[in-house]
Amino acid sequence: MLYSVIGNYSLLLGLFFGLVLFYLSVINFRNSQVLDTKILSFTFLQFFLVVISFLCLVLSFVVSDFSNETVFNNSHTTKPIFYKIAGTWGNHEGSLLLWLLVLTLFILIFLVKTKNQPIKYRILTLVFQQIIIVGFFVFLIKTSNPFNHIYPVPTEGLGLNPILQDPALVIHPPILYLGYVGSSIIFSSALAATSLNLVSKKWASHIKKWVLSSWVFLTLGILLGSIWAYYELGWGGFWFWDPVENVSLMPWLALTTLLHCVLVLEKKLILTSWVIILSISTFALSMSGTFLVRSGILNSVHTFANDPERGLFILIFLFSLIFLSLFIFFFFHNPSKNNPSSFSLLSKETAIIINNWFMMYFLSVVLIGTIYPIFLDVLSSQKISVGPPFYHKLIIPFLIPFLLIMAIGPKLKWIKSNLEDKIYLIALLVVSILLSILIVKNFSSNFLINTILISSAFYLFFITLRDFFSKGFKNLAQNTAHFGFSLLILSILFNNLFSTETITNLKVGETFENSKTKIIFENISQKEEKNYKSIIAEFTIQDSKGKMENLSPELRIYNQPNIVTSEADIKTTLLSDKFIVINLVPNQEFFNVRYQVKPFMLWIWISVILISVGGLMSFLKKEYEK
Amino acid sequence: MKNKLLPIIITSLFIIIFIFFYKGLQNSNIYTPETKINIKVPSFDAELLYEKKLINSSELFQVDKFYLLNIWSSWCVPCRQEHPLLMSLGKNKNLELIGINYKDTKINAKNFLAELGNPFKKIIFDDRGINAIEWGAYGVPESYLIKNGIIIKKYIGPLNKTLFNEINFLVK
Repeated sequence: MLYSVIGNYSLLLGLFFGLVLFYLSVINFRNSQVLDTKILSFTFLQFFLVVISFLCLVLSFVVSDFSNETVFNNSHTTKPIFYKIAGTWGNHEGSLLLWLLVLTLFILIFLVKTKNQPIKYRILTLVFQQIIIVGFFVFLIKTSNPFNHIYPVPTEGLGLNPILQDPALVIHPPILYLGYVGSSIIFSSALAATSLNLVSKKWASHIKKWVLSSWVFLTLGILLGSIWAYYELGWGGFWFWDPVENVSLMPWLALTTLLHCVLVLEKKLILTSWVIILSISTFALSMSGTFLVRSGILNSVHTFANDPERGLFILIFLFSLIFLSLFIFFFFHNPSKNNPSSFSLLSKETAIIINNWFMMYFLSVVLIGTIYPIFLDVLSSQKISVGPPFYHKLIIPFLIPFLLIMAIGPKLKWIKSNLEDKIYLIALLVVSILLSILIVKNFSSNFLINTILISSAFYLFFITLRDFFSKGFKNLAQNTAHFGFSLLILSILFNNLFSTETITNLKVGETFENSKTKIIFENISQKEEKNYKSIIAEFTIQDSKGKMENLSPELRIYNQPNIVTSEADIKTTLLSDKFIVINLVPNQEFFNVRYQVKPFMLWIWISVILISVGGLMSFLKKEYEK
Repeated sequence: MKNKLLPIIITSLFIIIFIFFYKGLQNSNIYTPETKINIKVPSFDAELLYEKKLINSSELFQVDKFYLLNIWSSWCVPCRQEHPLLMSLGKNKNLELIGINYKDTKINAKNFLAELGNPFKKIIFDDRGINAIEWGAYGVPESYLIKNGIIIKKYIGPLNKTLFNEINFLVK
């Protein structure tokens, strides 16, 4: 009760300080010798108020204060304390408050960290960032206030959706938001730099840090979401091309492209238009993600509430920002002045630009697949869903040249001068092709495309692997990330090609046997936990070599809300995962059993972590040199 | 000239996108297929599960005969539950069963039928869930009773003993 009141007023005050900051910024911009210290203090105060508001919501969840509507809708007294706290951002209102928290935190860090940048640039970035912050304040207070009251006070809450009660999902939103919101700083700063005509090498090396940190967080955020889908949803996959997964992938693609452009811009004054447009689109895509998910225009696991008013607000807000940035880009950006030199056709930059175009192509495929159903619905009231075959058909063929250019690109400088390297490049290509043929040989389906695809992934793999030894610490960050990417593609390919699945019905004590495996349903037991009951089945799996493995999948019956979830049991080893899940068949003694062997699952996660480590190394390297 | 044109084109592009999103918001996002009863069966081309050829819906449904179209999938638990009923309906001489295998893989679908029996005369393989939408399906399982090319009854969810008796009565 008390917490809600404090939280509510902190929000209102935070909005007020946002408006004050506008005023101060305008005054300071006119006579800009030094940054007004008041600006820094008010920015801190705004951040502090949002922290208080956020803590109030956390406390309301911890003490189960059901007079608060958000708590009532998303919590329950029997929930473990860990998930009570996590429930704070497991819903629409709380997650927006988290957005706001990160927004205000980042602008504070930005102001503190940019002491040696031009004053006008800092102030203008603050102004653009405050436009976003004030927009979010108004949105939160007007349409989705987390501190709404309920009277009479209910005695018990409705509970958090059980599939959200998972450790990976507790940290998934905050990490992802750090990535999303980090892109808001890039957006504001790019707009400020464009307006002041400051887009330069110096600006690039300063914004590079923000790009890198957002990129690392976004990568890890997507990874966590994927891990959650694999372990919790029990479908045995890690990426479903679900609209919500797509909206996190799109900013990632834009941000990855931006990262490479910024790296070029840091060395040479080219690609300025690319950098500005990508900075704008990364944030616009993060925002449209929020719009698509939160407005309920698309339906998925992440859709918390379908309130048209909310959707309308984000839509208008999003497009105001887009039009503002288009205006700034077209009126202030002067590409001819910024693009003095052309570059040679056979260089690193060319490779990066070609792959940028490929990235843009992948991005547009994902974008079209995600929003086409909405357009079609408006035009013809037809409902369709775009599934994996669409993405696979359009993306996979273009992955081949993409991988090859990624492998050769960083070498291009040497190709003319150094014959030894050329021999190496060709030798490795031959090795890759032979190895792929050897691996794919036994699989008749799509032999050609699989061989070429695996060859190109192996090629990148070997080239980056060799660089670890031949180049040592030079370019270690880039090499690690690229190596991770080749490993990721290889793992995904092998995972798709060599996965096997067995579906059967078994009673306790029964055995299923085929040529490769023997599944023995040993035993079944029940367990009572605080907020759910579980049925635990015990299986013994025997493979063709006679190796035994015990697996115990679970069925959980949650009491609040009353939902049955299947918890898969997964035995992870270095080379493959054994995945088993059971389902209840109503009015039957038997259970539906699904057993899968999925090779290289672990390596999918490891390779994404490697990619992020590459980004992190690059981030830290810059710090170190300064 | 080119420099003036580009901003205008891009801006109008975004205005169009805005309008689409705005209209999309107005539409209800809850997908409620029309209750397709007493209407003609949709016309479509589809792939078959066991034969490698495309078939048109007109070849599937002949006049003067009862058909039960069942949408199922190997991953769908209630489908297993209703399968024995479909097996005995398949023995009814007045009725022909057509299956739509929904968002499935061929191997799993065939294993499913190998294990539980195949009551269907023909099975449409609908791995992308498109044919099911043309029927206005909510999900799996779902069944449609058809006579003279007209859908006369729709059953959402698994069939049970009562519905089983009803179907047997209707097709007599």
